[in-house]
Order: sequence, then C-alpha cells, then structure tokens
Amino acid sequence: MSLSSPTTEADDRTPTPADDHHGPLASGQPSTHPNPLQHDALTDRHREPAIEVHDLTVAYQTQPVLWDVDLCLPEGKLIAIVGPNGAGKSTLLKTILGLIQPITGWVKVFGAPYRRRRSWVGYVPQRESVDWDFPTNALDVVMMGLYGSLGWLRRPGKAHRHKALECLDRVGIAELADRQISQLSGGQQQRVFLARALAQEARLYLMDEPFAGVDATTERAILSLLQDLRSTGRTVIAVHHDLQTVAEYFDHVVLLNMRLVAAGPVETTFNTENLQRTYGGRLTVLTQAAEALLKARAEAPKLQRGGPG
Amino acid sequence: MDLSFTARTVILGASILGIVGGVLGCFALLRRQSLLGDALAHAALPGVCLAYMLTLSKNPGPLFLGALVAGLLGALSILAISRFSRIKEDSAIGIVLSTFFAVGIVLLTHIQKLPYGNQSGLDKYLFGQAATLMPRDVFWMAILGAMVLCTVVLFYKELHMLIFDREFGASLGFPMRRLEILLTLLLVTVVVVGLQTVGVVLMVATLVTPAAAARQWTERLWVMLLLAAVIGGGSGTAGALLSATIPRLPTGPVIVLCSSAVLVLSLLVAPQRGLIWAWTRHRVMVRRIQEENLLKDLYRWGERRGGDWSSLVPWNLLMGIRGQSGSQLHRLARRLEGQGMLSRSSRGGHLTAKGLAAASHIVRKHRLWELYLTRRLELSSDHVHRDADAMEHTLSDEALAQLDELLGFPTVDPHGQPIPAGSQR
Repeated sequence: MSLSSPTTEADDRTPTPADDHHGPLASGQPSTHPNPLQHDALTDRHREPAIEVHDLTVAYQTQPVLWDVDLCLPEGKLIAIVGPNGAGKSTLLKTILGLIQPITGWVKVFGAPYRRRRSWVGYVPQRESVDWDFPTNALDVVMMGLYGSLGWLRRPGKAHRHKALECLDRVGIAELADRQISQLSGGQQQRVFLARALAQEARLYLMDEPFAGVDATTERAILSLLQDLRSTGRTVIAVHHDLQTVAEYFDHVVLLNMRLVAAGPVETTFNTENLQRTYGGRLTVLTQAAEALLKARAEAPKLQRGGPG
Repeated sequence: MDLSFTARTVILGASILGIVGGVLGCFALLRRQSLLGDALAHAALPGVCLAYMLTLSKNPGPLFLGALVAGLLGALSILAISRFSRIKEDSAIGIVLSTFFAVGIVLLTHIQKLPYGNQSGLDKYLFGQAATLMPRDVFWMAILGAMVLCTVVLFYKELHMLIFDREFGASLGFPMRRLEILLTLLLVTVVVVGLQTVGVVLMVATLVTPAAAARQWTERLWVMLLLAAVIGGGSGTAGALLSATIPRLPTGPVIVLCSSAVLVLSLLVAPQRGLIWAWTRHRVMVRRIQEENLLKDLYRWGERRGGDWSSLVPWNLLMGIRGQSGSQLHRLARRLEGQGMLSRSSRGGHLTAKGLAAASHIVRKHRLWELYLTRRLELSSDHVHRDADAMEHTLSDEALAQLDELLGFPTVDPHGQPIPAGSQR
C-alpha cells in the first residue's frame, strides 16, 4: 500500500492459532484442518448470523462512505451486494474484514469480532487491486491463502503446495500452476484469486466483484463454484455489478447506496421500487430486465441461462 | 593481482553494499517506491552532520545512528505529509528530499567553517569516497548488511505478501502497517550502509539499478532477489577493482556505471522482457504475414484461371499486387522455396502441393471470417475484406473449426467465391 492510503488495520495482532480459541484452523497442517462446518460452531452456534452490522458509519477523511448501516446476513446463502458506483460496497466488505476502521458502529462475524473469526473468513479482493506484472506464479499466489494458518516465519512445505494445487484444480486451472501471473487471462487471474480463497478453507467468503471482466466460460465456472460452496453450507457475500444476473445467481441481496436501502431474499427484496431507491431514476431498462428475470424465475425455478453466441 | 590492504577493504565494502542494496532495491522497485530510497538517502545527510557536531568524532557508530534517525524522520515526514494534507506522495517525497538535503548542506557548510572542521571530511557523504573506507567502517557495514539480509530471509513470506497484495495480508491478520515500517527501516539501514561508499546522491542507483536488471531475467521473486544480489555485489566488486587499478577513477560512480551497464544489457537481451526479444518476435510475425500474403496471392491467381495452380505466375504481376520491390519479393519467394511451398524460376513461381494446402488454409480462414462478419454482425460484404485480412493471420485452427460449425459448414463466401475445404478433415 502506498504511504498515502487512508486505510488502517483494525487489529495488528498476529494470526497464531492461539489467537482464536474457537477457530477451526487450530492445527498448522492444512491437510489436517478440521472442516469448519463440522466444528462445534455449527452445532452450538448455528443460530448466529454470518454477518451482523450495527449502526455502521465509515468515512474516508471527511467524505462519508457508509451511513448508519444496520445489517444481518444469514449463513449458508449466496448474497449479492448491489448498488451504484461509490455506494460503499467495497468499503462495506473491507470494514467487515477490519481493513477500514469505522467511525461508529460494529461488525460481528458469526457472533464475534472479525479478529476472532479471521480463520473462518476467506477474501477475494478486486482483481485490479494488485499488480499482475509481479514476479510470481499462480501456485505461489494460491499458497498465500495458507499463510494465515501458517502464521509467522513458517515456510509452506510440500503438503501446502499439494493443497494449493488442489485448489487450482477446483477452479479448473491446475495446469497453469507454474504460469507467471501476467501471462494469465483476466478470467484465469480471477480463478487464481478464487483458488487462493478456497485454500483458506473458510466458512464465509467475501468477494469483491468476482464476476467483473471475466469471459462467459469463467463466469459459469465461478457460478458453479459458488453453488458448490453453498451446497456445503458455506456463505458467500459478493459485490455484484450485473443487475440482470442478481436474481439468477443469488439467494439474498443487499441494496446499498451509502445508506442501506434494503436487504433480504431476492424474491421479496429485489424489486423495482427498491432498485429505484438504490439507483434513483436512472434505471429503466435494467429494472425491467430484472423484473422479467424474476418473473421467469417464479415460473421456472431452475432457469437455464441463455448466453449469447 | 596483488591488491593493497586498503583496496581489499574498499572492494569488500563495495560488494557488501551491492548485495544488500540489490536485495532491498527489489522491494522498493516492486512497490514502486524507488524514489523513497532516494529521499531516505538525502534525508540521512543532516543526521550525519548533527551526529558529528554532537560527538566531534568520525566514529562510524554515532554517524550511522545519526543517519538512521534522520532517514527514519524523513520517511515519517513523507508519510505524514501525504496522509494529513492534500499533497500526493510523489510531491511529498520531493519536498522531504530537498528540505532535508538543504538542511544537510547548511550544516555541512557550517561544520567546514568550524576551526577543526576541515579535517572532518564529511563532504564524502555527498558523493561518496570509498577510498576512505576503514576496516572498522566495513565491519559496521557487514554487521548491518547481515542484519538486513537475515530479516529479509526470515520474513520473506510476509514481505512477499506485503508487496503483492497488502489488503489480503491484512485480512489474514498480518500487521501490514508494521511490516511496512520494517521494510522502511531496512531501506534506511541500507542507505546508511552505502552513504560513505556511494554518497547520498548516487545511493538510489545501487538500490534500483541491480533490481531493475534482475527483473528482466526472471518471473520469480526469490530468483530476482538472488540475481539482484549477484548483480549488485558484482558491480560493487568490479567498480571498486577498476578504481583501485586505474588511477583517478572515483569508486562510487564507477560502481553505478557497472550496474548501469548490466541493466542496459539486460534491457536489450533478456528473454521475454528484452527489447531484442520483442523485436525478433515482431520480425517473425511480419515475415509470416508476408509469406502468408504471397501464398494467398498465388492461390487467388490460380483460382481465377479455373484452378490452375501449376503454371508459372510472373514476378512482375505479383509485385504489382502489394507494391513490393523485386528484391523483397525474391527474398520472400526464396524463403517459401526453402519451406517447400513454392518452386521458382527467373521469370516467376508457382505453388507446390504443400504450398497449395497452406494457401487454401489461409484463404479458408479469410473467407469464413468474412462470412461470419456479414452473417453474424450484419456488416455489408464490401466492408469485411480488410478485417478478414488481419484475422486470417491470427485465427487459430480451433477457432476456425468452431467458426465453420457455427456457420453451418458453408462453401461460398459473401462475395460468391468458394471457400476451400478444410485440409485436416
């Protein structure tokens, strides 16, 4: 990060296993990680919402970005955060992750502050947030997902490489493990980021525009990966730009424009009125498209996606 | 070669500086903070002067400490200015660099006016004077350098994450701000190591130049660090050696020139990233396009004569099509002959069986693409030729097969000309 960036860490503590008494990643070896979902957390804490945001206000210097947001997001769903540019979507994710300090309010992840739940959460930043002309290969990037459980000073070993390779395989690009990252296409770079998050073996995934700028094949692959995650009980919260696919891809939607406009199941929340309130009057064609999709979805629950070409 | 003890001391010092400078330079380069190193070097000068004025001795210990404190103060000032004002980081670096440097020069002038000041020789910190390196200086350089390298090895994983994806690291709970401070501290330490050898003005070159050269040769961070250490250390040794054997050669600048020479070489000849590599690739592509165009022209000529590809096509006729000179065309034809695509005589040439197959493949790409543009994108048929001219050289066989299927295996292009059948099916 540049010296001028206004972000600060909420917490500077090291992520040692001892840091999190309830954390599922108590062991250093990724291959022996207990599945977070089989942990006691599910049995005695399953009523905790994945994310609880209370009275959250965030500002960059004097510029307010989020105003008084209250939010409660359930576990086990695919959740879209939708809103116009500058609505604070990424800021919300970063505040949940403790990358930005709020002015007021708090965030709880599975009923506890983020720093206690770190090992339960995977993060996929915006693809443009890093310099892809960096001297490293796909496997090394994915391996970063294991650094949290490795802790300080320890080096990744053979088991970790194997694990990272497995994650690359899950996103369908195991053969590109040794490829320099600048030689990957945009879709492949996005897959590398997703594989890195998979390596985190999290219970909740926060993704900043995972579908931005990827080809149709990658979009389908990412979607089926998200559905995979949901079928194993994971929660995904993704910033999403394409209003036309919200109803089709996601279960739950958060409509945001500095203030929280609405949040809830797609069927009841993602309607014209709420979209108008989120985007102002600028939305006519897109709203109609979304409405049509919703209608189609009501008629045929398993809507086939008819892409062009 | 028999070197004096002094010369050996200088060479040792210069190579230590080269190694640590190269390694830390990689981090500065990849974080796009090369100028920060420059600012830290300039900011160290007033620290050296103040330390001397307080202790009135040239012991490296206090002087190093003074430089360290002033350098860190400079780094902090940059951070504060860019965070709390509307001044951007690059301007903040410029402001801090010049202000601290000016203070340093003022103090330096003052020291030289002191009754005992002339012997202080502090002006060597301006441009460096490696010849004045004493064994105790080199001892300190070695200690500091070893500390820097050990820290980098120890925290390699964390530093890698810091410079590649800071926010992800922070989300994992690593204290990125503290790692950032650690990296700045290491940078300041390297600057301090190099002050006496190359001076504040040239310090940035020992950081950035070996790193930039190393980047040309590799796509792995740890390889880059090793290479930069080798290039930096090598340049340091070579520069010190040269100035020890050739009279009146200043050591610091010669070291910088050595690493600059390696950089220029790397920029030119390194595979993938090198200019010659890129130029060659471009040449190969241009040649291929020229060859494919000639094959296509020969195909069309035969096609117009009812599929007669075995009679000779006169050179002057072919020259007319693309306005090529005779020698250009002959060179092209000779290359195609070498590939067994063409047989030629003094008057003209014609396609061989192999050449005909290659030519029909190209024409097939061209016409299928034209058809695709008119059918799918509904462009009018007189607008698609130029676009197809470019696509015929870049379309892969796989894409071609898909295109064929998509269009329903057509046989005629939008201009009514036959599409040659695919050869591999």
